[in-house]
Amino acid sequence: MSLQEYFSLVFSDYTLRTITIGTAILGAICGMLGSFAVLRKQSLLGDAISHASLPGIAIAFLITGTKDTNVLLLGALISGLIGAFWIRGIVKNTHLKTDTALGLILSVFFGFGMLLLTFIQKMPNANQSGLDKFLFGQAATLLISDVWFMAIVTGICLVVLFLFWKEFKLLLFDADYAKTLGFNTKFIDALITSFIVLAIVLGLQTVGVVLMSAMLLAPAAAARQWTNSLSTMIILAAIFGMLSGVVGTGISASQSNLSTGPVIVLVAAIFVVFSFIFSPSRGLLFRQIRFLKNRRDLKLHKTLSFMFDLVKTHEDKSHPHAVKILNNFQGYTRGTLKKLEEKEYIKVEGKMWSMTEEGYQFAGNLYNQHIENE
Amino acid sequence: METKYAVTVDDLTVAYNYKPVLWDIDLSIPEGVLMAIVGPNGAGKSTLIKSILGIINPIAGSVSVYGKPYDKQRKLVAYVPQKGSVDWDFPTTALDVVMMGTYGSLGWIKRPGSTQKKAALEALEKVGMLPFKGRQISQLSGGQQQRIFLARALVQNASIYFMDEPFQGVDATTEIAIINILKELRKAGKTVVVVHHDLQTVPEYFDWVTFLNVKKIATGPVKEIFNDDNLTKTYGINYKVSVQQ
Amino acid sequence: MSSAQIEIQLIASLVAVACAIPGVFLVLRKMALISDAISHSILPGLVIGFFITHDLNSPLLILMGALSGILTVVLVEYIQKTKLVKEDTAIGLVFPALFSIGVLLIAKNANDVHLDVDAVLLGELAFAPFDRLLINDVDLGPKSVWVIGTILLITLSLLIAFFKELKVSTFDTGLATALGFSPIVLHYGLMSVASVTTVGAFDAVGAILVVALMIAPAATAYLLTNDLKKMLILSIIFGVFSAISGYWVAHWLDASISGSMTTMLGLVFLVVYLFAPNKGLISVVYRNKQQQKEVQLLTFLLHLNNHKEESERHINHLNEHINWHKVKAKSVVELAEKNNMIVIDNQIISLTEKGKVFTEKAIDYIITNDDSKIESMKKDFFLFRG
Repeated sequence: MSLQEYFSLVFSDYTLRTITIGTAILGAICGMLGSFAVLRKQSLLGDAISHASLPGIAIAFLITGTKDTNVLLLGALISGLIGAFWIRGIVKNTHLKTDTALGLILSVFFGFGMLLLTFIQKMPNANQSGLDKFLFGQAATLLISDVWFMAIVTGICLVVLFLFWKEFKLLLFDADYAKTLGFNTKFIDALITSFIVLAIVLGLQTVGVVLMSAMLLAPAAAARQWTNSLSTMIILAAIFGMLSGVVGTGISASQSNLSTGPVIVLVAAIFVVFSFIFSPSRGLLFRQIRFLKNRRDLKLHKTLSFMFDLVKTHEDKSHPHAVKILNNFQGYTRGTLKKLEEKEYIKVEGKMWSMTEEGYQFAGNLYNQHIENE
Repeated sequence: METKYAVTVDDLTVAYNYKPVLWDIDLSIPEGVLMAIVGPNGAGKSTLIKSILGIINPIAGSVSVYGKPYDKQRKLVAYVPQKGSVDWDFPTTALDVVMMGTYGSLGWIKRPGSTQKKAALEALEKVGMLPFKGRQISQLSGGQQQRIFLARALVQNASIYFMDEPFQGVDATTEIAIINILKELRKAGKTVVVVHHDLQTVPEYFDWVTFLNVKKIATGPVKEIFNDDNLTKTYGINYKVSVQQ
Repeated sequence: MSSAQIEIQLIASLVAVACAIPGVFLVLRKMALISDAISHSILPGLVIGFFITHDLNSPLLILMGALSGILTVVLVEYIQKTKLVKEDTAIGLVFPALFSIGVLLIAKNANDVHLDVDAVLLGELAFAPFDRLLINDVDLGPKSVWVIGTILLITLSLLIAFFKELKVSTFDTGLATALGFSPIVLHYGLMSVASVTTVGAFDAVGAILVVALMIAPAATAYLLTNDLKKMLILSIIFGVFSAISGYWVAHWLDASISGSMTTMLGLVFLVVYLFAPNKGLISVVYRNKQQQKEVQLLTFLLHLNNHKEESERHINHLNEHINWHKVKAKSVVELAEKNNMIVIDNQIISLTEKGKVFTEKAIDYIITNDDSKIESMKKDFFLFRG
């Protein structure tokens, strides 16, 4: 199935439609809540939590014997939370730093999960296959009930986000200040954290434990580059997340043998790279252009103010001076002289130059600004 | 007439494990003073105002505002945190930050409306930042960021203002602008408490001072107690500043 | 025990030791997550190297993997420098993207590549003994032993040669620069060793579990000692112990060896985390409680010392002004009384002579913040810990 076929089938084929709607919702909620994770500097906590949820999935299967997604995800939720609290406990009670605690819990829980998974695989009663989908995600296994579940959770998140928008924003920006205003910061904090954990768990089936954190971070990091408003950032992140989800799922469903997780993450990464480079206000490309322009302007201004110092000493401002004098000045090149002439700040005749009235005014202003900035 | 106290601190003690930060502080701040808290680094100046404001939990002691427990009087108190305590790359505008000052009076869930916006714009005007209202906060200079924080506290329309190092890393123009606003607040009968670093400017800016170094060394009018003796007690070494009378 | 079993345990132990050494420095330099990033992002390098050589143990493969590991470090640092996103976000963006490329390369070429996703995550330790190094038809043992052994040898000689420099630069970057050790050279040196080790270990234990082998032993050791040499030795012991016990647990459960090694690492950490003598959870919680009591007592004594007026020393005042609950106030007063620090006369509390001396000493300590004084004070504290 080619990608085009896939998208033409989306509207007619029931399964494809389910998958597409599912990943779209997932992408949107991840982008939205991921924005909070990024702004709270908890980017990598998501990574730890998603890895830590693996043993929960395996244990839920071992206890119940079912492959019902909701049961497995409940297991994931519990073990993800245990991981998160343990990280907090390690940081609070020992001198180990956050990064060590994150890396430790992430890898140890994951290893334990893999031990259980391989143990399950070798069990004789073997209706076990299918747990691997939680490693890298398999959107094709999404059922309509899963999609409904995601939609309901997303709906609840949206309502809460809308109600507590003001409080969320305040806590994200300045938690201490929020406290002095009389807000219960612990409550808001718990609310945000549980939503982030919920988003991670929801995504496990589609994106998988290994790459889930990128699904949270990438849309938010991309969205941040395009706006300076929190609400716009969250909406953009939701859109980027949705697009990554849909396009990624489309590509992975149209090829055999591709897990959805890595494809979605790569699509999201393309959004990030594009945003990093081409965002007009923060992007690297425009930053470089501005930098070069500033440097050129600076050179021009320096030459001009050198000339201004010379001209100042004469009664007649338009008195001509030799170009040769400028040789002592390092910033000077023929190019700068030409530029200045184009801007009509100076006139050049043969080997002599003289300042125009306009140039004198402009240089004078530069001089004053300079004094003010000191 | 008996002095009316805006803030009364009783036996306040704060400690992190073995490290004592504040010990048995008794402090009464009279209404209408412009007070500096001075002391060496690590003396617990920020900790003092943070525990008055309930950001840090003390292990002992109580704080009352106009005779009632602080919890019930929050709306009378405004806070200007240290500029470095927040992430200035946060996606928000100057006006948005100032609007946050109105959130406390709004309470949970309710959104700010046109009244709040008007108040925020007035505060921006007062600190001379109105032209920058739509500016992303990372694109403001350090002094401008400090003024935004001040405006946010002004919007709270409180009776008592606590400020943590408002002159840290600001340009001279901003410093003058801020001190003028503080003096205006005092004229309007408000009480202002400032954690301050620059001893040279204490006599010029403030009329009340508290010396702090883990314990309270002294508190009172600048004219009476801002002397070499108290400075030496606070800073440990022979400290001399020329006190302008 | 068959010879294959012995060989597996040998390889596992070598991997554990090779990972533990750079791991100690990564943990101490607060760069644990970089190892997480490296272990993921060597994958595309490995896969491309494998396409070229078709040999999992080829030196070129190791080189390619290590290069993409270093590329990750450079990329993360570049993104951090642009200030477009926060530091941790930079790490979180780079490695999933590179890892995804690796996974997709494997998936797209599943037929030609002898790697599969399970091998990427878990390694193939169980099969390692079957891949022999043959020179002139002489069996020199499993190839992995030679690969890991060589990496370990290099790591060890670098460690011994640059021990002093590493030590200084880990604990004091400023001093290291002043002494003329370039922190940048050491930084990238360490990153290179970490990358090479990760690639070498990858084959045996897989991408994500390399992280556990690097971080867990070092973190566990750090809870027991602050001495660099002891920390290195302890990490190695923990690593080898987990490798061997992990092997037998896996053998018993018929499950993944590397998963079980990691689980053992986790258990060792858990035990140390709970029971370590000074920094373990139990001793920390116990000590905090003691300290809290001591600080409360001191606060109380100091308060009495500060206030001569009777109203401030009335027993009811404790509840009102100091803002303590009745129970807390009562237990503090009882503790003070038991140690003869105070006398209560008609509900007015006064300091005894002993109490006065002690409080003066405490004030002295508080004002000067002198560490030597706290030692003698601590001794006094133990006298009346009730």
